[in-house]
Amino acid sequence: MNPCQFDDARRGFLKKSASVAALYFTPSVLVKTFAADAIVPMPIAKEKLQFILNGKSVSLEIDARTTMLNLLREHIGYTGTKKGCEMGQCGACTIHVNGKRLKSCTQLALNHQNNQITTIEGLANGDQLHPMQAAFLKHDAFQCGYCTSGQIMSAVACVREGKASSRASIQAYMDTNICRCGAYQNIVDAIDEVAKSGAKI
Amino acid sequence: MNNIHFDENNTNYFKLDFADERVDGADKVTGKAKYTAEYNLPNMAYAVFVTSTIAKGTIKNIDTAKAMASPGVLDVIYYANCPSVPGYIKNEWRGHKVLYDNQVKFFGQPIALIVADSLENANAAIRLVRAEYESQAFETNFDLARKDASKLKGTVVYKRGTENKFKEAPVFIEAEYTIPAEVHLPMEMHATIAFWEGEDKVTLYDKTQGPKSTQSTVARTFGLSDKNVRVIAENVGGGFGSGLRSWANVPAAVMASKKLNRPVKLVLTRPQMFTLVGYRPQSWQKIGIGADASGRFVGITHEAISGTSRYEDFREGIVNVSKFLYASDNVDTKYSMLPLDMSTPVWMRGPGEATGSYGLESAIDELSYKLKMDPIALRLKNFTTVNPENKLPFSDINLKDCYAYGKDKIGWKNRPTVPGSLKENGWLIGYGMANGVFGAGKGAATVRALLNQDGKLTLECAVSDMGPGTTTSMTKIAATAMQMPIEKVKFKLGDSDLPPGPSQGGSGTTSTVGSAVDLACSTLKQNLKDLAIKYAPAFASLKSDALEVKNEMVLAVADPTIKIAIVDLLQLSPDKKIDMTIASSGKTAEQLKFTSNSFSSHYVKVAVHPKDGTIKILQVVTTGDAGKIISPKTARSQMIGGVVGGIGMALTEQLEMDHQSGQIINASFGAYKVPLHSQIPPTDVWFVDKPDVNMNSIGAKGIGEIALIGFAAAVTNAVYNATGKRVRDLPITPAKLGFKAKV
Repeated sequence: MNPCQFDDARRGFLKKSASVAALYFTPSVLVKTFAADAIVPMPIAKEKLQFILNGKSVSLEIDARTTMLNLLREHIGYTGTKKGCEMGQCGACTIHVNGKRLKSCTQLALNHQNNQITTIEGLANGDQLHPMQAAFLKHDAFQCGYCTSGQIMSAVACVREGKASSRASIQAYMDTNICRCGAYQNIVDAIDEVAKSGAKI
Repeated sequence: MNNIHFDENNTNYFKLDFADERVDGADKVTGKAKYTAEYNLPNMAYAVFVTSTIAKGTIKNIDTAKAMASPGVLDVIYYANCPSVPGYIKNEWRGHKVLYDNQVKFFGQPIALIVADSLENANAAIRLVRAEYESQAFETNFDLARKDASKLKGTVVYKRGTENKFKEAPVFIEAEYTIPAEVHLPMEMHATIAFWEGEDKVTLYDKTQGPKSTQSTVARTFGLSDKNVRVIAENVGGGFGSGLRSWANVPAAVMASKKLNRPVKLVLTRPQMFTLVGYRPQSWQKIGIGADASGRFVGITHEAISGTSRYEDFREGIVNVSKFLYASDNVDTKYSMLPLDMSTPVWMRGPGEATGSYGLESAIDELSYKLKMDPIALRLKNFTTVNPENKLPFSDINLKDCYAYGKDKIGWKNRPTVPGSLKENGWLIGYGMANGVFGAGKGAATVRALLNQDGKLTLECAVSDMGPGTTTSMTKIAATAMQMPIEKVKFKLGDSDLPPGPSQGGSGTTSTVGSAVDLACSTLKQNLKDLAIKYAPAFASLKSDALEVKNEMVLAVADPTIKIAIVDLLQLSPDKKIDMTIASSGKTAEQLKFTSNSFSSHYVKVAVHPKDGTIKILQVVTTGDAGKIISPKTARSQMIGGVVGGIGMALTEQLEMDHQSGQIINASFGAYKVPLHSQIPPTDVWFVDKPDVNMNSIGAKGIGEIALIGFAAAVTNAVYNATGKRVRDLPITPAKLGFKAKV
């Protein structure tokens, strides 16, 4: 997709369903929401999980249904990774798994046995900010700060994967990460500067 | 008026060299900043809503047995077992009384609350709750319903001069403009953690733009005194208006915590962010505007209808801008609400003024072509320094400077006077501009200033910071007023226990709280001078107006060798510190002699592909006239954010309904298109940056709304300039420009 471009394709299907819409009064009838009587309470399976979190080994027993995002935020207390949609659509939950970026909300934690997980909390070296964190601060690449962890994790991956050769390339790579405050221009400025600095990140 | 800050000779004021990063920025880039849902309390339970699958009707029965039997489920709260809520009975809860009765008023309304020992267990039980409804006829189709005048309510009319005068003008246009509902969608979902610390004392972590407002709502709803309700919102992950009132999650979490006697966390899902925390209502406008041959406006007629819910009235200032931004002797407006079977809308950035400015600024653009006149020249022709509605002079208005900067930077001279006549690299090119305006208020706020014996200054106010950088701005105002290093100043907010401050909304925070901080600091300086005279022997014979406070010292103006460090002075004083709470009022009588507004002027260059209608925004220049800019870096970010929001409004955002079911069908980031990285062009931000001395002691006005207001019209005007096709229904899509949609 070219920069700054808008087209109809991605919402075409919605238009079709909306076109059916008309003023319509539902007759007064009893509506049962769930015909599926078969749905029954499920027993909880507890499973053992071991992985490396920001360089430290973690091993614990978890509810098998736990996503990596909820494991980090609700069970381990690493709240730097953010929940923005739980559908893999906004990027706020981006982490690094074995060096690659991944949206943690769509991942069952149990699928990450023995993996190396890096979260925003693992980027800085003590009080020394990671170059990308410092660049975000310098360029004011956020307002509310809620999407920022995910933007920075994606930004680091962008540079590491060699996708930061131009502003257009950075933008295309970063389209996975929504910023509703609209700090996009400053985010690209920050990534561009880190990429051009040649800093090893 | 205490206006020492803008004394040209007081060069120290402007030369203080602050690091310009956000004072809370390091916490945000390292993930340390904690947002509402991120507090973990001992024995905390997790709550999730079960929501209605009809738009209107009565719940006949809810079968909760299977859910209750599901592992870890502690309770399922619904109308049959809802705890008694005093404010519900006394009608003190504004809005829908969640979980309280069996009435369904919109699709997606909470009908039950599952509380479990873990989020996984709570989520697993949602599908086990079964509801039976008796559904009723409903109406969600704004476009159809608005044509039936009997369905409208709350009509307000305004008239200055003669009604419909525009029709007598030699040149006039009359056109209808429509905007779909749009949704705030801050990245942080709305959430509440509630825990009762005693029988009549509750504490909440809540995503709110107004800790005091939420405190008051909870106190009234649950029959508590304000002091027994504490609301904490230390970091707020965006809001854009959705946090300006308390929604269903607040009473639900509070009642569940009471019923279960343990802390309860309730976080909305992203789809629920579309249905449960407000939206910009869908609107229809008709604008008539006429001018004489010279371009002078003869009359403006502005009619508008916007949606609201069936159970609450929501109105906003859609037609207001037409009354006062431009000189015209004849203006008439008419505004009505249309109740629909949807949840209640709420102010969304720019609120009604953004809607109204889209209409008015589009209409003026249309008129300019009919007059064969440059649209900026047309606006200049009708420029006024006196507000024609209330006849008061604007406290300051510098739109002419904005025009000059914007024209130059966007390359206005290249704008084709004949639409659709300019091509670059095979694309149709167009230029457009539009103005924005919003009231600049100054309300009451109270600030506590604590100057400790180590010389560090802490200021406190129960305001919030949803992202514009309030913490940074307030810290800068204090450091500037005290002429002390910024790292020794701390501004605390986001807690209703702090001295009262306003909700963050309506572009009023910097003016209101900033004025209070400034007042607290000038009082603090006076106290320091008095202490010096009383306790420091070298100052004993001096009068306080012969002293100054700067660089963490008190000095004699005439002889700077007579000085004492503030930390040493505090040691001499009996209290060893200064702790005071100062209340700042609204506008003074002097300030009320003016009408105060912030203004903006936006410039856009677009390219439209002649074959498929693809729209590219090539360049944006946005200018703000909002008095002194306190924090240039964060202010620039706010303007850039307004541009992104405006691009969404103009080209991508639209809440879509299925009117057969009354359901929102694009309730996700995948289907509701907010602007993305690759859609944002280079944006040049410029401020007049001149103190508005008639406004407040700091000379600053808000920019949150004007960053967005008018922007959508700048885009649509540019698209018209590029193509010669006028789309009056947002968002503009290739299909609306007459191109076939790509499949």
